Amino acid sequence: MKARVRVTLKTGVLDPQGKAIGHALEGMGFAGLGEIRQGKLIEIDLAERDPAKARAQVEEMCRKLLANPVMERYAIDIEG
Amino acid sequence: MKAAVVIFPGSNREHDIAAALEASSGRKPVFVWHGEAEIPPVDLIVLPGGFSHGDYLRCGAMAAHSPVMRAVKTRAEQGVAVLGVCNGFQILTEAGLLPGALLVNAGRKFICRNVNLRVETSQSLFTNRYERDQVLSVPMAHNEGNYVADGDELDRLEGEGLVAFRYCRADGGTGDNPNGSARDIAGVFNRSKTVLGMMPHPENASDPAVGSIDGKGLFDSLAAALK
Repeated sequence: MKARVRVTLKTGVLDPQGKAIGHALEGMGFAGLGEIRQGKLIEIDLAERDPAKARAQVEEMCRKLLANPVMERYAIDIEG
Repeated sequence: MKAAVVIFPGSNREHDIAAALEASSGRKPVFVWHGEAEIPPVDLIVLPGGFSHGDYLRCGAMAAHSPVMRAVKTRAEQGVAVLGVCNGFQILTEAGLLPGALLVNAGRKFICRNVNLRVETSQSLFTNRYERDQVLSVPMAHNEGNYVADGDELDRLEGEGLVAFRYCRADGGTGDNPNGSARDIAGVFNRSKTVLGMMPHPENASDPAVGSIDGKGLFDSLAAALK
């Protein structure tokens, strides 16, 4: 199975990189932009065949390493 | 005072810390590689600055899971003093030994310059040779030093006197915060004030040859408290 983990900064946590991207896009002429937030995408190949077990395994990875709960949140997608 | 300096892949300034420790205590510290599961009996464990594991994922995230960190946690729980400077501070927050986290600087730039620090308390192993409200000129050199914690945590840190240093102007007043840190925080203690993490580098202001010895008081404090 394949897991995709999206890690993003929590609402309210300053994201200077997202702001810089916004400034660049505005400078290129893109109009009507709201807030821009940058995150991370982590793809993990798993030997596990059971989707529930795979999700539980990736949850543990997120809690222990992939995300820092002080400043980040995460979302997990599991694909067959 | 016997001290151990932990080296991670990508640590730097570890020899500067070692020189500052030796100058204040008269003893050379031992170096311990991050892959070691044990740390010799010491009074102080130091996590130096640098870019452990290339700062990949998040600064200090991978180093916080190094084998040596289990020993650091055990010793810290036993009350052994632990100092983390710069990347060492980031590692201590990632390891859960200190509250909060360190984000990219608000101005998006790596900042390498001297900053003014106000000593918030002289009542600690690390600051007993300073006066409260004393202003120190110490270098900082980092890209991720913007201290964050939720509001309740910040209130608790302040209420319990666990803020060690704040960024300030040369006259000690607020208004010069280089990286956006919450409440100008540059360094924090754990609950028992036996663990200190700070972003600026006192070891690089410990020798008259580099223009400031304002950081030397921290190592003198440790040497006095941990004879």
